[in-house]
Amino acid sequence: MSGLKTITIDPVTRLEGHGKISIFLDEEGNVENAYLQVPELRGFERFCEGRKAEDLPQITPRICGVCPVAHHFASTKALDAAFNVEPSPAAKKLRELMYSGYYIYDHTLHFYFLGGPDFVVGPDAPPAERNILGVIQRVGLDIAKEVIKHRAYGQKITATIGGKATHPVCGLPGGVSKPITEEERQEIEKMAKSSLEFAKFTLKVFDDVVLKNKKYVDLILSDAYTLKTYYMGLVDQNNRVNFYDGKVRVVDPKGREFVKFGPSEYLDVVEEHVEEWTYVKLPYLKKVGWKGLVDGPTSGIYRVGPLGRLNASDGMATPLAQQEYERMYETLGGKPVHSTLAFHWARLIELLYATERTLELSRDDEITSKDVRSKPGPPGEGVGIVEAARGTLIHHYKLDRDGLAEKVNLIVATTHNAPAICMSIRDAAKGLIHGENVSDGVLNMVEMAFRAYDPCFACATHFAIGQMPLQVEIFDHNKRLLKTLER
Amino acid sequence: MEKLKFAFYWTASCGGCEIAVLDINEKILDVVALADIVFWPVAIDVKYRDVEAMPEKYIDVCFFNGAIRTEEQEHLAKLLREKSKVLVAFGSCACQGGIPGLANIANRKEIFDRAYLQSPSTSNPNAATPKVLVQVEEGPLTLPEFYDTVRTLDQTVEVDYYLPGCPPPANQVAKAVEAIVKNELPPKGSVIGPLKSVCDECERKKEEKKISKIYRVYEIIPEPNKCLLEQGIICMGPATRAGCEAQCINANMPCTGCGGPCPNEIEQGAAMISALSAVIGVEEEKEKTYDAEKLISQIKDPLGTFYRYSLPGSLLRRRVMKE
Repeated sequence: MSGLKTITIDPVTRLEGHGKISIFLDEEGNVENAYLQVPELRGFERFCEGRKAEDLPQITPRICGVCPVAHHFASTKALDAAFNVEPSPAAKKLRELMYSGYYIYDHTLHFYFLGGPDFVVGPDAPPAERNILGVIQRVGLDIAKEVIKHRAYGQKITATIGGKATHPVCGLPGGVSKPITEEERQEIEKMAKSSLEFAKFTLKVFDDVVLKNKKYVDLILSDAYTLKTYYMGLVDQNNRVNFYDGKVRVVDPKGREFVKFGPSEYLDVVEEHVEEWTYVKLPYLKKVGWKGLVDGPTSGIYRVGPLGRLNASDGMATPLAQQEYERMYETLGGKPVHSTLAFHWARLIELLYATERTLELSRDDEITSKDVRSKPGPPGEGVGIVEAARGTLIHHYKLDRDGLAEKVNLIVATTHNAPAICMSIRDAAKGLIHGENVSDGVLNMVEMAFRAYDPCFACATHFAIGQMPLQVEIFDHNKRLLKTLER
Repeated sequence: MEKLKFAFYWTASCGGCEIAVLDINEKILDVVALADIVFWPVAIDVKYRDVEAMPEKYIDVCFFNGAIRTEEQEHLAKLLREKSKVLVAFGSCACQGGIPGLANIANRKEIFDRAYLQSPSTSNPNAATPKVLVQVEEGPLTLPEFYDTVRTLDQTVEVDYYLPGCPPPANQVAKAVEAIVKNELPPKGSVIGPLKSVCDECERKKEEKKISKIYRVYEIIPEPNKCLLEQGIICMGPATRAGCEAQCINANMPCTGCGGPCPNEIEQGAAMISALSAVIGVEEEKEKTYDAEKLISQIKDPLGTFYRYSLPGSLLRRRVMKE
């Protein structure tokens, strides 16, 4: 068939579906440098061009089936802006309610299925046990059922409003496709109540397993897992964390406000750097500049995600989450917290906030209003920003006269964190690897440095849930490949 | 009874199919009781070399999601074919190419140019793009190269069953697992799903009405109980296999076709164009004001509308690009 070309693949590499870390050792066997490579790109920005604007909220979630709701609403909000239409208060609340449900599902998934096994089962436990099944063994089947139930509640809340949980369809410029009934509202309220208790329980598990274990607390606070960067996150008018709407606030490594901006100004603040050794682009603060993979106030590298959001805010908008927020900063020595492993704690504080917010919204007088669609204006250009579970998510569309996408630019959550993840891995490798004999436990502790970010390379590339399959190559000072480890 | 051996693997896709597996919720505990999961890179630590060491047909059922766009993905598809008794194309990407398959409107160069050179947020004064082999200060770093064209799983290896959907609906996943456990699988080559179209599962009323104007979804608020297509909103229901219980339509939005072609239909896009031509503007043909071209020109982006999930698997396959 014409149009099909033969491509010579040179060299043949078996990496797709892997993250790849290359570790280079010096003459003494200490780590000289380490690289995390992201090995794929799918080209959404290109093939979204020419598509109908209203299809983008359904096409872009296929970037990531783990956080489709985030892409759905970043996209829908970009369309609100591009069609110059303000959704009704009820439509905004429904979107935020659905968004909070998505957080319940996503943060639960991370703690119990992905990041949690490192703590609950143990960082140096045998790999065969370091997974959800190992967690079930430790916490018991009854609790496992609770985990499954509440993850499913998050999905169900999303599906009730969105039509489907994975790859929802409700978002339209100017609103959502349908209201909810009183019966649905009651069911959501019931699920929210149960989820709130479950979130409290989860924080208690974290308390018992992690915070009461001095070894883990020392690990959290150790230099190998510390980076002094800028932080970014959406905040409401009182500078409290908000997942769905508001302005983006950036604080410097001392915790002072560096800039606060609206979606349409993102190009003044964020710029992306390209390296030839990875497919993912490396963002930085434009006004500080790209100084390479270094931290500190003179490097433009910043972090997003749960810890990024908490550091960039002045607090949480709900009472229980606010208490936990204060407790975290008291325990870890004040704001901002630079410990990468504190992402896990921050994530659970956000889980608590998400359940409180879901409950609040489910009881809102306006939530069953039928006024959920406003009339869009003529197509133009727009930027939509939300906080995906893993961090700030930016969709920017330029539409033509027919309402087709002419230009599409996307900066996804894990991409913002890519430079910091590279550094965290390098620093953990430097701190933990000495000599050529690297045990699986040490390797896993290097991996923990990036698992804390809950890196969703489905977003940056296409990785799915979980422990990303990983290949580590270790080179000696003569650049000779010493060892390849896979997990 | 000896426990079954399941494997899950994914290639060019979003991970939503993996979530669809978890969405069978508490039934996942039944699955774990009935089957050993011998390969599932996202959830358990089993290495490629462990799969390579397995005897032929060691895995009872492999659920494979994602399209094929790199040599490594092709290699894994072939390897898992060899090691599996039954290979299931799981989800729209493996079955038809899916949304990542829309990349067949471009090639690698266009995709790279857009991402690394033309993006408004990218500062790239040296016009750097990722390379398969780069010498950094400390040594060599390699990246996999990808093909210009996205392919479906059955354009790569023989497939035994298809479970379409983006993602496959949880009830269909549960049915498939049940059929496997009870050894009641349909004939090889079957699509696991109902033998009907989304229209058959949709509760909206059809009035056999013709349409003379096509609306974009944001332009009108559709009446709740009437067929969306007859209200002028393009709905892929007539050309799409059922199984989803018309979830999108129940949310007031049209079907976009993720279930793939209807039974005995090879070309979903052509089938929809055919269905549309049957309802579009016929009553007005007698009138002088009827202008077929004007009416058709209201259909924007036919490729993204009719082939949203099926471009690589369709007869079109990809955009023809001259060198």
